[in-house]
Amino acid sequence: MNIVVCVKQVPEPTGTNRIDPKSLRILREGVDSVLDPADEFSIEAALQIQEANPGTNVVVVSMGPDRALEAIRRGLAMGANKGVLVSDANLAGSDALTTAKVLAAAIKRENPDLVLCATESSDAYTGMVPGGIAHHLGLPLLSYAKKLTLAGGKVQIERQTEAGFQRVEAQLPAVVTVTGSINTPRYPALKGIMQAKKKPVDQLTAADLGFSPEQVGEKGAKEKVLGWAPAEQRKAGTVIKDDGTAATQIADFLAQLKVI
Amino acid sequence: MEFNLTEEQQSIRQAVRELCRKFSPEYWRALDRERAYPEEFVRALTEAGWLAALIPEEYEGAGLGITEASIILEEINYSGGNAAACHAQMYIMGSLLRHGNAAQKSYYLPKIARGELRLQAFGVTEPDAGSDTTKIKTMAVRQGDHYIINGQKVWTSRFQHSDLLLLLARTTPIEQVTDRTGGLSLFLVDLHAAGESIEARPIEAMVNHETNEVFINDLKVPASALIGEEGKGFRYILDSWNAERVLIAAECIGDGRWFVEKASRYASERVVFGRPIGANQGVQFPIAQAYAHIEAADLVRYKAAWLFDQHQKCAPEANLAKLLASQASWEAANACLTTHGGYGLAVEYDIERKFRETRLYTVAPINNNLVLAYVGQHVLKMPKSY
Repeated sequence: MNIVVCVKQVPEPTGTNRIDPKSLRILREGVDSVLDPADEFSIEAALQIQEANPGTNVVVVSMGPDRALEAIRRGLAMGANKGVLVSDANLAGSDALTTAKVLAAAIKRENPDLVLCATESSDAYTGMVPGGIAHHLGLPLLSYAKKLTLAGGKVQIERQTEAGFQRVEAQLPAVVTVTGSINTPRYPALKGIMQAKKKPVDQLTAADLGFSPEQVGEKGAKEKVLGWAPAEQRKAGTVIKDDGTAATQIADFLAQLKVI
Repeated sequence: MEFNLTEEQQSIRQAVRELCRKFSPEYWRALDRERAYPEEFVRALTEAGWLAALIPEEYEGAGLGITEASIILEEINYSGGNAAACHAQMYIMGSLLRHGNAAQKSYYLPKIARGELRLQAFGVTEPDAGSDTTKIKTMAVRQGDHYIINGQKVWTSRFQHSDLLLLLARTTPIEQVTDRTGGLSLFLVDLHAAGESIEARPIEAMVNHETNEVFINDLKVPASALIGEEGKGFRYILDSWNAERVLIAAECIGDGRWFVEKASRYASERVVFGRPIGANQGVQFPIAQAYAHIEAADLVRYKAAWLFDQHQKCAPEANLAKLLASQASWEAANACLTTHGGYGLAVEYDIERKFRETRLYTVAPINNNLVLAYVGQHVLKMPKSY
């Protein structure tokens, strides 16, 4: 069985993203970059399937600059078997749909039975890439999995909803996006780190995947970011001084918000 | 000349940092209060393979060097924890790795790598022989296929948390040897087999550094427990000592960075008389000065580690690294405590705990005065000063 996990290197998510005022892209230079913590859940999900089904091949795939190799190495250190990095200056400025198109082409080469993604990345948050990948591969998409099981050539998930969960299934091959409640990702152990450097990583360009420079990157983008603004600062709250009626005042306030 | 860490070394640093994050300041604070051993932390470290870093791959370890081992221990102290609970496994290993025979290595190393056996205790110092190691009185007498050992050790740390003890004993009395460093032998003692012939009495100390007096009465060990050749034990422990100096230096660097970060953050945030206290040179400069000394000591630490890993002579550098790093971390500790004022003494800030812990390294595992004496006499060729 072949499982492909899509991963992305993102600026350290505990910091605040800085935007380049000219290109309106997230600044990635001079910031610590890490494997998106959201991707660790999909890698862990793949590794758990691998442990239960010996012989399963787990491949981590990423599109990004050369240094995104670090994110792939981390996936390999956790236990994945192989990495694929699509890295090409022509890809800079790709929009979400182009990213999905390129990733889908890279994934296809791995002949996957299952493709796992995070629901969205922790830097740009478009959440469109998994759907785009499923579209380009012509595969069903099961989203927001908080539990995932494989049986009889099918994948069944518990799909997280606001009210609870839905149980849905699809025939393999399929694309599944997983949430942060699906598992607790493992830390790479020393042996994993040592083995990671010996594991194969395919480095591909857009041309290797059959794309011309016009089809990808800024030139191929159909979506344009027009502007950005920082989130509004939270307004100062109301301080209620207790003159004996504080509890009533707080209760009234919460009732007004229909919280109680 | 290359100053950057390799990609692998950076991954090691990152992974240990993440593991350490699981163990909060509250965890270390509670251990300190209860004078307890960080069992859970040491288990997590062992399971992830970190304490097997130096064990060759053929014996199920990672086959890394002292440089990488020092990065692992530095990160533990930098995280606010204390590597003293397990650092000995790294440096004691030096004698076994370089001088143990094939049978000893193939029996013990995989078990240590898997965490089934802990090699955490090192019995060298005695009540009447501290840094003057050749004067130790513990005697091992050969009787057929085994040795009978009698004597006493002190400051034997982690005895209760170790399965094995690396023990230095005289096999030839000092009066009968021409070279005082001769006639000493090194034994790898199985503490479970030793039973009641070894008794440990804990010593209460300023820091939570589980340490003991150890009494050895008619301890019978098989001749196969001897490391290398009889009488050459002193030479074998030099490797462990140099490794130990480098590793302790790295722990001090970790402590120093913890203090400097904590101090500079507080100095920038704490507002008194309408401005951050760090805007005062009297507060800012001692922190910057400590930082400068940490950076300098760190370079000597990496040089010493590199020499050790290249199997080159490294005693001066290893000792200097320990001297400079322990001085720098102690300087940083004081700057941090002073910056925090009274809060620095409050247990919940963790400064007083780290302050006590890092103070140890100006006097142990070798007193800094003796490092200076060594440098004066053996590096600078001045007269013996002690």
